[in-house]
Amino acid sequence: MDDFIAARSQMALSLGFHIIFSCIGMVMPFFMAVSHYKWLKTNNEVYKNLTKAWSKGVAIFFATGAVSGTMLSFELGLLWPKFMDHAGPIFGMPFSLEGTAFFIEAIALGFFLYGWNKLNKWFHWFTGMVVGVSGLASGILVVAANAWMNSPAGFDFVNGQYLNIDPIQAMFNKAWFSQALHMCLAAFTATGFAVAGVHALMILRNRNAYFHLKAFKIAAVFACIAALLQPLSGDISAKDVAIRQPAKLAAMEALYKTEKPAPLLIGGIVNEKDKTVKGAIEIPGALSFLAHGDFKAEVKGLDQIPENEHPPVAITHYAFQIMVGIGTLLLLVAITYFFILFKKKPLTEKRWLLKLFVAAIPLGYIALEAGWVVTEVGRQPWIIYGIMRTKDAVTPMPGIAYSFYIFSVIYISLSIIVTFLLYRQIKMVPVLYNNPESNK
Amino acid sequence: MKDVVIIFLCMAILLYFLLGGADFGAGIIELFTSTKNRSKTRKTMYQAIGPVWEANHMWLIIAIVILFVGFPHIYTTMSVYLHIPLAIMLIGIIARGTAFVFRHYDAVKDDMQWFYNRIFRYSSFVTALFLGIIAGSLISGHIDTQATDFYTAYISGWLNWFSVAVGLFTVALCGFLAAIYLIGETKEAHDKRRFIKKAEFMNVAAVVFGAMVFIAAQRDKIPLIEWVFKSNVGLLAIISASLSLVLLWYLLIKGKTKVLRILAGFQVTMILLAISYAHFPNFIRLKSGNAISLLETAGPEKTIYSLGLALLLGSVLILPFLGYLFYKFQKKEE
Repeated sequence: MDDFIAARSQMALSLGFHIIFSCIGMVMPFFMAVSHYKWLKTNNEVYKNLTKAWSKGVAIFFATGAVSGTMLSFELGLLWPKFMDHAGPIFGMPFSLEGTAFFIEAIALGFFLYGWNKLNKWFHWFTGMVVGVSGLASGILVVAANAWMNSPAGFDFVNGQYLNIDPIQAMFNKAWFSQALHMCLAAFTATGFAVAGVHALMILRNRNAYFHLKAFKIAAVFACIAALLQPLSGDISAKDVAIRQPAKLAAMEALYKTEKPAPLLIGGIVNEKDKTVKGAIEIPGALSFLAHGDFKAEVKGLDQIPENEHPPVAITHYAFQIMVGIGTLLLLVAITYFFILFKKKPLTEKRWLLKLFVAAIPLGYIALEAGWVVTEVGRQPWIIYGIMRTKDAVTPMPGIAYSFYIFSVIYISLSIIVTFLLYRQIKMVPVLYNNPESNK
Repeated sequence: MKDVVIIFLCMAILLYFLLGGADFGAGIIELFTSTKNRSKTRKTMYQAIGPVWEANHMWLIIAIVILFVGFPHIYTTMSVYLHIPLAIMLIGIIARGTAFVFRHYDAVKDDMQWFYNRIFRYSSFVTALFLGIIAGSLISGHIDTQATDFYTAYISGWLNWFSVAVGLFTVALCGFLAAIYLIGETKEAHDKRRFIKKAEFMNVAAVVFGAMVFIAAQRDKIPLIEWVFKSNVGLLAIISASLSLVLLWYLLIKGKTKVLRILAGFQVTMILLAISYAHFPNFIRLKSGNAISLLETAGPEKTIYSLGLALLLGSVLILPFLGYLFYKFQKKEE
């Protein structure tokens, strides 16, 4: 394996792994806080058990997310030293704030997990909230750093020199808001649907249905609200990308030729050699509308971008299709759910709806990973858009392929163990929380 | 502001050595505990470090963020030439962190525990060893940025007598710190005695490996003796570390736990000071005879300024909260 490809694969693997764990670690505390609040308000034992059960999941995910995040802060240098040499001082601001947020999160988690019966109950609840809020802040800050790679700001690039560095301006680059919003909603959607789906499965199997129904409701509401909002945020992102990174937008839609008006392609097989797309459904003018808010606007195609600055079109296009497709599906599920909730029909009777949620368990994460692929692969061949190429940033050390193999084994085994642990946690719910209250 | 940032960096590294080190030490102690006492050791250890271990590891993140934001040249030089030991240390951090949490949160306590325990113990040892090796390599002057072959560039920079001796010395220090910490965390007299024994054992090991560090330095032509004995601060630090050793043994026999902790922390701090003071602000000594200095390679002024501000702001938020965490979970139902 080529060292450059190995380095990119290792980075993609590490981020792909970390993103799932950190999203869960970011979102679950909010579910916990709601359940915890209900326990404090209603004194219903089931909410206390639920909070405890979820907090164990959070502990597992947080630790895994924390170590994989530590890994990443080193990996940036281990794999991309030339990038960090220049970029560190410019886009480091969000990282230094993220360090603070993450630290607070770790402290608050210590309080929360070990604070049962030791702390004032409202202070205890508050520490749980702090875990969630600081986790969310960490997420936003890290995404702001990534946004800088898409939309470099806060310096002047003169003759290969990075001058007049302003880290604050770099942090508030043009892409930070749209990317952070999209990421946060994606985290809530993906985690919400996954958690709701697991509990829906348990209700369908009639195991501690009362317990799981309470859990399901909390997670599902978060998931569905986020899924409803996500298309709006997607629209903001699309319009933003169209202006800032026309090459990425063109690759997302496999738009080889500049068109006015430009059609929206759904699906289709991309042929990168002939620069054609076969078998796609075309909606005339729709891409013009999505990108510029006008059905007749011109959309820049790849023909206006130098060949050596083209991102891989097929991967970006497919990933984008997957993301949007799943997003639409989850939107429909969310609408259905709210419709049924509005009609006040008991959920346990709507087994088809629960089955729908079960089917959606992995979907959110697949969409999330696909979206990540769109933004990262769509930026290639740049590591700092328009400034530094990814291949110029890679470490001079040979043999990265071996490092990639080793870390692949580690990440895969960790995923297996975490899945296994969660399976056991869920299996043990009847044993651990089996009191008459929770089994009504 | 540059000074503020450098102080924070030194503090973060020191605290990581002390707190993270005690945390690695807990695994190392478990490694050197006879099978029949292991489950008890584990229990004490879990109660002691469970609530704080995540926070202890944040110091590493703080240190690394300060490096890559404020001193990118140091960060990238380390990343390139110490790639292999850094990667091994990271694998250790991943393995022990996850094993520690998994073994507690596995809802079914069965044979998997055996597996988690093994991983936790060995990876604690490996992480501390490589942390020491990396620290040793930075000052060893073996890192060769002009090397053309793989071995000189990526291996000999860290795989040398001095670095490995520092690594072993670090392992002993970590074990020592953990043992001292655990003495205060147990109430049973029998367990107390056990941890005191461990502390004594680790202390002797540290002295032995410490001597080895000096021998290896002689062998690798590193002017360690000069650094330590020719500068007033170095000399003062090493003398106070040695004197406090006597006091420490006395207190150890008496079983005074609170003062012991402070003293052990003080000793390790003095050792770090003695080794690093003489070549401060140089952070990495290179084979060419040059060095990469914190003062000379600091990032642009605006970056350092905002980094310093972020750190100050962060510590206002973090320190009281962190202090309360330690306070709350140390005060047992006495």
